[in-house]
This record gives sequence, C-alpha cells and structure tokens, in this order.
Amino acid sequence: MSTKIEIKNVYKIFGENPAKVLPMVQEGATKEEVLEQTGHTVGLDNVSINVQEGETFVCMGLSGSGKSTLIRHINRLIDPTAGEVSVEGTNVMQLDQKSLIEFRRHKMSMVFQRFGLFPHKTVIQNVGYGLEVQGKEKNEIEKVAMEKIDAVGLIGFEHMYPNQLSGGMQQRVGLARALATNTDIMLMDEAFSALDPLIRSDMQKQLIDLQAELKKTIVFITHDLDESLRLGDHIGILNGGRLVQVGTPIEIIMKPADDYVAAFVKDVNRAKVIKAKIIMVSPQKFKGTKNSNTIKVNEDAFLDEFLPKVCLTPATIEVVDKSGNLKGYITDKELSKALTKTHSNGVVKS
Amino acid sequence: MEKYKKYINLIYLAIFVGMVVMAYTTSKYRPESVFVLFTDLSWLGDWPKWLDFPLMPFLNKWFDILIVKYGIMFEGINFFLLGIYGQMKNFLVGLPWPIVMISVILLAYFASGKQMGTTIMVGFCVFFLGFLSPRYWDKCIMTTTIVVIGMLLCLVIGIPIGIAMARNKKVRNALLPILDLMQTIPSFCYLIPGILLFGLGAVPAIVAIFVYAVPPLIRLTDLGIRLVDKEVIEAAEAFGANKKQKLWGVQLPLALPNIMQGINQCTMMSLAMVVIASMIGTRGIGDEVLLGLQQLNVGMATEAGIAIVLLAIIFDRITQSYGERMQERVHHTKEKVKLK
Repeated sequence: MSTKIEIKNVYKIFGENPAKVLPMVQEGATKEEVLEQTGHTVGLDNVSINVQEGETFVCMGLSGSGKSTLIRHINRLIDPTAGEVSVEGTNVMQLDQKSLIEFRRHKMSMVFQRFGLFPHKTVIQNVGYGLEVQGKEKNEIEKVAMEKIDAVGLIGFEHMYPNQLSGGMQQRVGLARALATNTDIMLMDEAFSALDPLIRSDMQKQLIDLQAELKKTIVFITHDLDESLRLGDHIGILNGGRLVQVGTPIEIIMKPADDYVAAFVKDVNRAKVIKAKIIMVSPQKFKGTKNSNTIKVNEDAFLDEFLPKVCLTPATIEVVDKSGNLKGYITDKELSKALTKTHSNGVVKS
Repeated sequence: MEKYKKYINLIYLAIFVGMVVMAYTTSKYRPESVFVLFTDLSWLGDWPKWLDFPLMPFLNKWFDILIVKYGIMFEGINFFLLGIYGQMKNFLVGLPWPIVMISVILLAYFASGKQMGTTIMVGFCVFFLGFLSPRYWDKCIMTTTIVVIGMLLCLVIGIPIGIAMARNKKVRNALLPILDLMQTIPSFCYLIPGILLFGLGAVPAIVAIFVYAVPPLIRLTDLGIRLVDKEVIEAAEAFGANKKQKLWGVQLPLALPNIMQGINQCTMMSLAMVVIASMIGTRGIGDEVLLGLQQLNVGMATEAGIAIVLLAIIFDRITQSYGERMQERVHHTKEKVKLK
C-alpha cells in the first residue's frame, strides 16, 4: 500500500494578515493566545497526516477543532497559510487554476454535511453533475448516473428534486454524485451528521458495503466517536487545530494520548470495538491452565459476539483464523483488562 | 499595496487641505493676506464667504465640455433610442386594440403559469385603461413602450454589473456609493440636464428611468448571487466546475428568484419615473395627470392617476407571478415524496 494523501506541517490561520501571525503560531502559542493578541483564528496548527491507498481515514474532533478546514485543504477549497499537501505525489499547492480544476474533476469527489445538492436540478442531474462539468455526453452521463442511483437504492426517484426527498435520501444522492465521477479519493465532510441515528447507522452500513467493493481512499470527517470507530481504519483526533493522536481505533481506545482523547473514549462500548485478535496471547506465551471446555472464536470477532457464551460456561477461548488454525488464547485476565477503562497514561483504574 | 495602505489617512488629509487651500485661493472674498485671519477672528462667527469650494463653476464647465465635445455621442444614443421607441410605439398604436389586449392577457396567462385569477385580473385592468377614457389607450401604450425600453436597458446593463459586484468585493465597494447617489439624488437633478443632452421627449425619460430604476436591480442581483448556499457553491467547485459553469449552472439559476424580484422593483420604479418625466415633456399617461392639475381639474387628474395604478398592477402581476414561478422551479417545495 502506498501513501495516497500526504499532509505535511499544514498551518491555517484566518484573519487579516495570516503571514504575520504564522511565526507566533509556529513558536507554539495556543489558539486562545493568538486570538487575544492578534484577533486571528488558528484553524490548523502544524497538522501532518498520511492517508494510505484504499483506507478510510477518519478525522475526528468537536466543532471548531478544524476538521472541516483540514478536509478542504485536500482539494484546495481552502489554501493553507503554510505547509504542503500532496495527492499521489503531486503537490496540490503548485497547481495553477486550470490544472486544479482538472485535478478536482478526476482525482477526488466530495460529500457534504448539509448535502450541497443543487435544488434546481433533478436527482439524476445532480448525480451526473461531476460528469457534466467534465463535458461528457448526455447519454453517458445518464447511464452512469442511473448506475450510481441504483447503487444507493434510489431507483424510481431519479426525476424528483432534492427538496422533495427526505434527509437520508438526499444524502444518498450526495453519495451517488460522489461515486459517479469514479475518483479514487472521496472526501466526506460530516456526511452523516445531519441524519437521524437510525438512518445514519443505515448509511454507515451502506458506505462500509460500498467500500468493501470499491476500495476507495476515503477521508471522513465526523464528531461522532462511534461513527469513527465503525468506519475508520485510522483515526486522527483534532483538538483546537492540533492533531493530538493518530492511530487505529484500538490504539485510540486502549492508549489514549492525552486527557482530551481519554475523555472522548471514556464512554465507548469496548466490547463492540475490540476484536479477539487484539487481546489474545499467542500459544507460546500462554501459561494458564486449559479448561476442558473450549470455545472457538474467529480472530476478527468482536468481544460482544462471544462474551455471553463465556459468561454462561467457563471455558478456554481459542482464537482461530478463517481456516481454523489456532492463533492464540484469551483468558478472563485479558477480557477483564480489555474491558476496564483506562487513564490517559494507560494505568488500569482499580 | 501594503505600503500605500499605511498612508491612506495622510493622503485623505492632504486632499482635504488641498481643497481648503484651493477654495481660499480662488475665492473673491478672501482677505488681503493670510495673516489677517490670525489677527481678525471675526471669520469664526458666521461661515466665512471665502470658505467656499468652487464645485458649481467646475460642474458647469464640465457639463459644457460634455455638450460641446461629446454632443455627437449623445446625439447617437438619442437617435438609437428614439428609433427603437418610435418603431415600437407606432407598431403597437397601429394594432387594433383588441389584439393588443388579447396579447397582454396571453402574456399574463403564460407568465403566471396558467393561473386563471391573475389572468382575469390583468384582463380587466387592460380593459379599464381604455374604458376610463379612450384617449388613455394610446397614451398608455406610449408609457408602456418607454418603460419596456428603459427596463431592457436596465437588464442589459444592470444584471452584468450585479454579477460583477457579487464576484468582486472591490467592484462592490466602488459601486455601492454610486448606487446610493443614484437612488438619493433628486430626480430633477438629472431630468433637466437630460433635456440638454438628449432634447425633449422619450429619450431623457428612458435615461432617467435607467438612473432611477437600475440600482435595485443591481443590488438584488448581487444579493441573490451572494445568498446562494455556500455549500452548494463548494460542491460545484469540488467537482471541478470552472467559473463559467459555476455562474451559468449554479449561481444564476439559484439567484433567479431574487433577480426576478429586482426586475419587479425595476418595473415599478420605471413606471413611477415615467410619470414624473411627463413634466419634461415626455408624452404618455403622465401628461394627463399634469394637464388635469394645470387646469385644476381634480377629476381628470385622479382618473389619469387611476389609469397609472392599473398599469402598475398589470406590470406587477405579470412580473411577480413569473418570479413566483421561478422560485418554485428553483426550490421545488410544493410536494414531498415519502419513501416507498
């Protein structure tokens, strides 16, 4: 796997004269100090991330943390004050107006929080918009658009207007529009945040299914931890424009980098996030006594899938891979450790 | 640019001092020497006569140059507009009145999206124009022709200016004070010079309509484009729309309800101005009001006034109902569809 998107030491300062304030931010002044002394708002403060090809990178933070600003740097809807953004090795900052437009047309597509649909266009025209600006032929646009409308399950609504549809359906139009240009990269800016919980969970599932098939590189912005744990291969947590931690969902939960992240993950249902293979001990290291009862679990199973069984009958849990080979064991000790909440420094709370 | 910004206040101060010095040196009433000002402080009582900026002679000179040197240009504009006006007026006046009436009714019918209520109302208004007094029919056609030409001029010039304002903050900052000026300066200040430049008749009225009625159209076009949802614009940009595609495909269609509102405002103000313009000899329904007032014939003035109101209603209903239809077409809020 190769690096698809590289963001390197990006700073973004909003205000009248960002260049003047930049040294102050680079010297480590906090967002509050900068605002008080210069009236400038720090959007991003030395953010560097790498997004690998084919993964879903979730950028999480509360409102005002700079996550929406960050995603707009990738397709240069916002220009950074300092720093580098490269996509597939191309420095996005060096593109002139014309190549930037070509880059946006062919390299990436975007899904918006409040959908960003064109109210004066029908569903099919909305979905085909990316192809329309590319100057594709009408027949081809309609053919591709119908395919994508089918993929998101909106057949029969193609001649409706966005305002005639419910929120969930509108966002499916947004998703179909992003899929239609068949770009490798998809940027999703709080794509599901405006939807109610049931529809949101539905849409997440749809995205996971689509992603399993299409293997796109997705940068997903959210303020919802459960969503980021569910969708993300890697998660970056932003606070006040600074990137406080990047890691896999498990790393974020098991080893929060600071109090801020710890507070975030405090209420997560760990059993739903942690997989068997994460906490198992390898057969060589296993020293406990084996119970006569054994339960076999898949290495990719989440804890909550086999916990009820273990609670009923004490047994040794054997972790196996897809073809049934023994990979490790899980005992009560590991289970208890995994499910106990931790401090920011990783010490188990008694 | 940065360097220049620092001294901007100093530059303003220098201009101001220059103006005062110029007023002083050109004034007939200035004291023999500047030093008298320090010894004799009586000038601090009433506003001194020498503290008088010579704007009037300057404007007069400028206006003379305009007439002498650029007269041919105004002649050209005059000739062009008068030509269009004459053609249109003669054509409409020449048509049998029922055909004109039916055309207006058909226009209302299609512009309102086949709403019977609006159509019938417009039909009655058109009928009553002639029904009030047969003389009014031709005069209303003259007035309408002037309004339509003035409006077209406003559209052709106003909408591009509005777009430019929405796109560029500097253009907006430069134009806003000019729009304010156009809207607040008393209309006679440009009606009378209009006669000098274009002669009596329809053309100074058309020019006056432009000055008076184009600001709301420009403002509403600018506002309409800037009010388009930011996320929708971002979406267009994110998919790689260039400036032209963004303007024609997204911004203008979505700003259309506001632009239509601007056109509606523009029509109403044109009509108001064309009535005032009758005072500078523009023929039309307005001169009936003027005639009635001159003869102290209140009934006649009021009757003509009612005809103007009817004309206004016709214009308003047609443009307004068309604007409403645009709004619906853009936002499609009529019916919601439930998931099957």
